[in-house]
Amino acid sequence: MSQYPPLSLHVPEPPGRPGRDTDFSYLRLSPAGAVRRPPVDARPSETGDVADALVRVLDDAGRAVGPWDPHAEPRFLLTGLRAMLTTRTFDARMQTAQRQKKLSFYMQCLGEEAIGVGEALALEPTDMCFPTYRQQGILIARGYPLVDMMCQLFSNERDPVRGRQMPVMYTSRSHGFFSISGNLGTQYVQAVGYAMASAIKGDTRIASAWIGDGSTAEADFHNALTFAAVYRAPVILNVVNNQWAISSFQGIAGGEAATFAARGVGNGIASLRVDGNDFLAVLAASGWAAERARRGFGPTLVEWVTYRAGAHSTSDDPSKYRPADDWKRFPLGDPVARLKQHLIALGAWSDDAHARLVAEVEATVIAAQKEAEGYGTLATGHVHDTSTMFDDVYKEMPPHLKRQRAQAGT
Amino acid sequence: MATMTMIQAIRSALDVMLRRDDNVVVFGEDVGYFGGVFRCTDGLQAKYGAARVFDTPIAEGGIVGIAIGMAAYGLRPVPEIQFADYFYPAYDQIVSEAARLRYRSAGDFAAPLTIRMPCGGGIYGGQTHSQSPEALFTHVCGLRTVMPSNPYDAKGLLIASIECDDPVIFLEPKRIYNGPFDGHHERPVVPWTGHPLAEVPEGHYRVPLESAAVVRPGSAVTVLAYGTMVWVAEAAAQETGVDAEIIDLRSIWPLDLPVIVESVQKTGRCVIVHEATRTSGFGAELAALVQEHCFYHLEAPIERVTGWDTPYPHAQEWAYFPGPARVGAALQRAVET
Repeated sequence: MSQYPPLSLHVPEPPGRPGRDTDFSYLRLSPAGAVRRPPVDARPSETGDVADALVRVLDDAGRAVGPWDPHAEPRFLLTGLRAMLTTRTFDARMQTAQRQKKLSFYMQCLGEEAIGVGEALALEPTDMCFPTYRQQGILIARGYPLVDMMCQLFSNERDPVRGRQMPVMYTSRSHGFFSISGNLGTQYVQAVGYAMASAIKGDTRIASAWIGDGSTAEADFHNALTFAAVYRAPVILNVVNNQWAISSFQGIAGGEAATFAARGVGNGIASLRVDGNDFLAVLAASGWAAERARRGFGPTLVEWVTYRAGAHSTSDDPSKYRPADDWKRFPLGDPVARLKQHLIALGAWSDDAHARLVAEVEATVIAAQKEAEGYGTLATGHVHDTSTMFDDVYKEMPPHLKRQRAQAGT
Repeated sequence: MATMTMIQAIRSALDVMLRRDDNVVVFGEDVGYFGGVFRCTDGLQAKYGAARVFDTPIAEGGIVGIAIGMAAYGLRPVPEIQFADYFYPAYDQIVSEAARLRYRSAGDFAAPLTIRMPCGGGIYGGQTHSQSPEALFTHVCGLRTVMPSNPYDAKGLLIASIECDDPVIFLEPKRIYNGPFDGHHERPVVPWTGHPLAEVPEGHYRVPLESAAVVRPGSAVTVLAYGTMVWVAEAAAQETGVDAEIIDLRSIWPLDLPVIVESVQKTGRCVIVHEATRTSGFGAELAALVQEHCFYHLEAPIERVTGWDTPYPHAQEWAYFPGPARVGAALQRAVET
């Protein structure tokens, strides 16, 4: 007989389920302005406290407080507000269009708009982003045409990826947006390689890698951290902790015992844990990480604490696995409402001006949708010709594919 | 013209390409200061600097992952996987990423990288230092898979691979790194010294991809082989006296089908030889292609001589290795049918 009691397996359970409100105390928030801002050349080990706290700039009254205030011009903030609103409106329209079978699938980023938009505005336009499928805000902030995005979603004859990818798997080298794979996490280590290449060539461009809390469990995440730390790659390693990976809460990815930012510190990478719904904090932390990378001090891991307000995709119903009103109760609120509140507090914005902007953005998105639908949707069958299916497998088409193309009758 | 081993020829190819193209970078486990466990990169770091030839952490998924990112930037990475047996952690990056990046982005991004990896047995490497995984790559659309059988081809194919805009898996049969091993492990080692195919130009040249070589003309039976098995097949033909026409595929996929078809239509017989395990091995694809294109010319069943469907054993490796006796017996069966 063993002197010990029988062992039991710990399977993490989320702090809320349908019918049981989430206890959000697990988030461990810091008050706005309370977390120190280390110098950009800080040693990675000297960021441990920041990786365990939460960088916030906007307080509950919408004022910018503390050492992370980026002191951004109101006009610049309004650019961000417009891009966030455009992203949200775009998402809502495409979500509906999917229900109308104009596209096969969609993924919105509702509630997370500040992260993609804010970092895109903090970076140079020539810096390369290696995003996940929930950073469409980067493309919108960088001025990629909405019509082209929609043509990709509709898989029509103007789809830039010629019908080869599911909706939302955009690519645009010219807008610093790396081709989205669909396999999770693979882009994270590729971003490190891109940043290493930039350093090898003596370039000044940096890379920005994106991953969700769930996918940090993949080997690619750990490979990325190892290589980024070893070669001091000029890369920002973003972890978007939106609390949910389809139906698995962030504890299943290992978020219970340590923050995701803490994984960076353990790998020798400067790391920050930041309020991802605070547009000013996003600008400030992204700017800090970009400056650090550009000056040759190496990578930064940034955990963005946010909440996936919508479903994972158009294929799941989140009310089956979490409380339906969870987002309303999420303590970090709505990034659009918080930036609006701040701009009004600054005297640079008003409810009327906001309503006009919302209407203008809606008109822009609707006009883009009308044009894109004119080129066809998946429902109308105006897709790229079947013969193009055999192109781009190789740079030059080998004989076996020419034979198969002939056999396919195209 | 210098006499080179396959190791020296591979090093010479890397040297030529590092010198010609600033975008070529070489990296992998132990490849930097030390020059690789098989010495293929010896001296290159000293010559080109640590930013272009460097050691990596022991993480094959990371090695290929950063290579793809570098290729997306515009570099021509030539990563080394220390043994082909170690590539499995990188398979997702190879299959889902490198092979499909051009396709999925409709040409917006591409991954022109060449992944070198020593393969094959015969060095008492057991099941983790002996595998021939070519079929795990030929099944993947978008990849090119190449395996040289001699120093001249090794250099020319490696240069062609690095200059190719597609991702290339470059398999190096380690048993012939230092000599044309024909499977007679009981005999003294034969070095490359003095061999005509070890005469390697110092400068730049290409052996084109998708181009097979008829290394022994013959009329009785066609042998399809690559890598070490080219030498085993030659020994088998010589020892049995069967007038075999031996084709070295060199590029395994995409391959040079016309050369194969022309030969089999001439001989009417075909023996396929590879060191990898048999079931779903590349020999199955070759057999299918031969019957599709040469069915009415065939006089005998297509034979496959391969490694057995077991892991590569350590102490029993010569019972596993498809040596000249097994290949010779197949040649005789083919011509006697």
